[in-house]
Amino acid sequence: MELRLTINNLSFSYGSSPVLKGVDLAVELGEVLGIVGPNGSGKSTLLKCINRILKTKHNTVFVDGKDINKLNLKELSKIMGYVPQSSLSVFPFTVFDIVMMGRTPYIHWSPSEQDYKIIAETLDFLGLNELAMRHFNELSGGEQQKVMIARALAQQPKILLLDEPTSNLDIKHQLEILYILKNLAQSKYCSIVMAIHDLNIASRFSDKMLMLKKGCIFAAGTPENVLTEENIEAVYGIKAQVTKSIMGKPQVIPLEPLSSNEASETSSRSYLLNIKSR
Amino acid sequence: MRLNNRRDSRNSYIESKGKKLFGIFCISLVLLVTAVISVSLGAASPGFVEAVQVIFSKILPFLGIDPGSKITQFIILELRLPRILLAIIAGAGLAASGATMQGVLRNPLVSSYILGISAAAGFGAALAIALGIGVIGGVGWYLIIVNAFIFSWLAMVMVYGIARLRGVTTETIILAGVAIGYLFSALLSLIQYVAPEYEAVRAVVFWLMGGLNHATWESIMILFPIIILAIVLMVLQAWNINVMSMGEEVAMSLGVTPKRVLTITMVLETLATASIISFTGVIGFICLISPHIARMLIGSDHRFLIPCSSLIGACLLLCSDTVGRLLLQPTEIPVGIVTSLLGVPFFLYILISRRRRIWS
Repeated sequence: MELRLTINNLSFSYGSSPVLKGVDLAVELGEVLGIVGPNGSGKSTLLKCINRILKTKHNTVFVDGKDINKLNLKELSKIMGYVPQSSLSVFPFTVFDIVMMGRTPYIHWSPSEQDYKIIAETLDFLGLNELAMRHFNELSGGEQQKVMIARALAQQPKILLLDEPTSNLDIKHQLEILYILKNLAQSKYCSIVMAIHDLNIASRFSDKMLMLKKGCIFAAGTPENVLTEENIEAVYGIKAQVTKSIMGKPQVIPLEPLSSNEASETSSRSYLLNIKSR
Repeated sequence: MRLNNRRDSRNSYIESKGKKLFGIFCISLVLLVTAVISVSLGAASPGFVEAVQVIFSKILPFLGIDPGSKITQFIILELRLPRILLAIIAGAGLAASGATMQGVLRNPLVSSYILGISAAAGFGAALAIALGIGVIGGVGWYLIIVNAFIFSWLAMVMVYGIARLRGVTTETIILAGVAIGYLFSALLSLIQYVAPEYEAVRAVVFWLMGGLNHATWESIMILFPIIILAIVLMVLQAWNINVMSMGEEVAMSLGVTPKRVLTITMVLETLATASIISFTGVIGFICLISPHIARMLIGSDHRFLIPCSSLIGACLLLCSDTVGRLLLQPTEIPVGIVTSLLGVPFFLYILISRRRRIWS
């Protein structure tokens, strides 16, 4: 049976302020799900709920029909890997040390030959061999992100959750990382669920998309269904033009922010005039 | 070619692991040599040859080595040897606690006194010294030990209780620890202020400086099993501590429960630190710098760092105490003063001479 992640009516709140309200979704093995939405729309929170970093109610998140609340953290960590938005270790660990941490669910104190083999293969897969003995904190942002992905892959997860995997990276590293993720999904190694800011990257690399607005799903489906001019205007509050890219995917060209009311525009105009006259 | 590369990363890791183990072995040798030198130095006359003779005549009595005079035996076996062993045990326990707490709280400024233990132990000791008040009955020196031990645990329980109210995370523990530390130092100052006799205040100040001069075989028999147990259990948590240093969210995604690791390490750290400082008074600095020196030598993997740090702590405390014994003969300088005077320049030298950045 193919592994499937389903979420039924997931709600979550920090204290009394609700962050997620009635979210439903389903991800099949080998799919890339891109979660988009403005800042504070609940993208990161959704990822953390899926991975049980934040605790949710029973019977909301299922893996292969099993409620994740019924699994313990160790069992869950063999199914899901998580790559946070930014990671920094206070103390100097080598790349090898960090990727080795990915084997935590499988070992108690000392790694076996099998673990070393998996670590070496993972480093190889991500092209990190040369960096294996370097200190993590001395690497560039793109290299660090690859190490974090390698660490999560060493867990041998069936579902890989990533929070903004390409933020702060240059274009080449962005593409490299997204190709790696796409590759993992297409070879049916695992499913990818990623929160992502860049709509065009989401459009190009996602099989399915989820657009969140204030904790609710505003639109879901293929990139073509989700990335429409109307949806973008309603969710992000900007005017945008959506065309087709040369890869046949929707391409979003942001035009201008919607001015929410006349008053703010006149006040900003008078502010600029005031500054000039000084 | 690819296959070769793959072997390389594994092999270079195994090689680096071998280097770490060799490093730990070398530091053990240094410690042994330091101990031998230390046992043959002192205000009284017995030197290297006599010291070795006395020790071997006791360990291997069938060899028939001349144990020397009664006085020599007493100096070596009852004065120097317990003191050296106490320095090793105390240094090791404090430095292992420091490494554990720095790792688990992800903070290089943390020492094993982060939970307010030193101030609380000081308060407990001061109660006994200045006012003669004990939690449990007892007289004299034992009253101080028991009081210091109990108040250390009280501080830890208070910190943990406060942290629980807001969720046990590294931030809440550090902040609660600092607050409780201030609370007990205020109470400690209060006792010193209201203490009826000048001599009592002086005794409290002396206790706070820390010293190994009360070393007896009895205290070693008590401390040795406790500290060994605590260090072994800390090393067993090493993998979890490593994972924690990537952040609590990553730790959870790897199946490690941060709250559980924090609780276990806090209990172990309190067990080791409270036991030691109840016998020796507050010995600072060792628990702060030993982990840093160890990290510079063998890296941050706590499976190696905790043992390495404890050996370095043992060396540092033993050296400091030996220098403190010898420098102003026949008086002694309290070991707490010597650790800082010797340790700071040594630490700065390593810090400056290193090429690599250790902290980010």
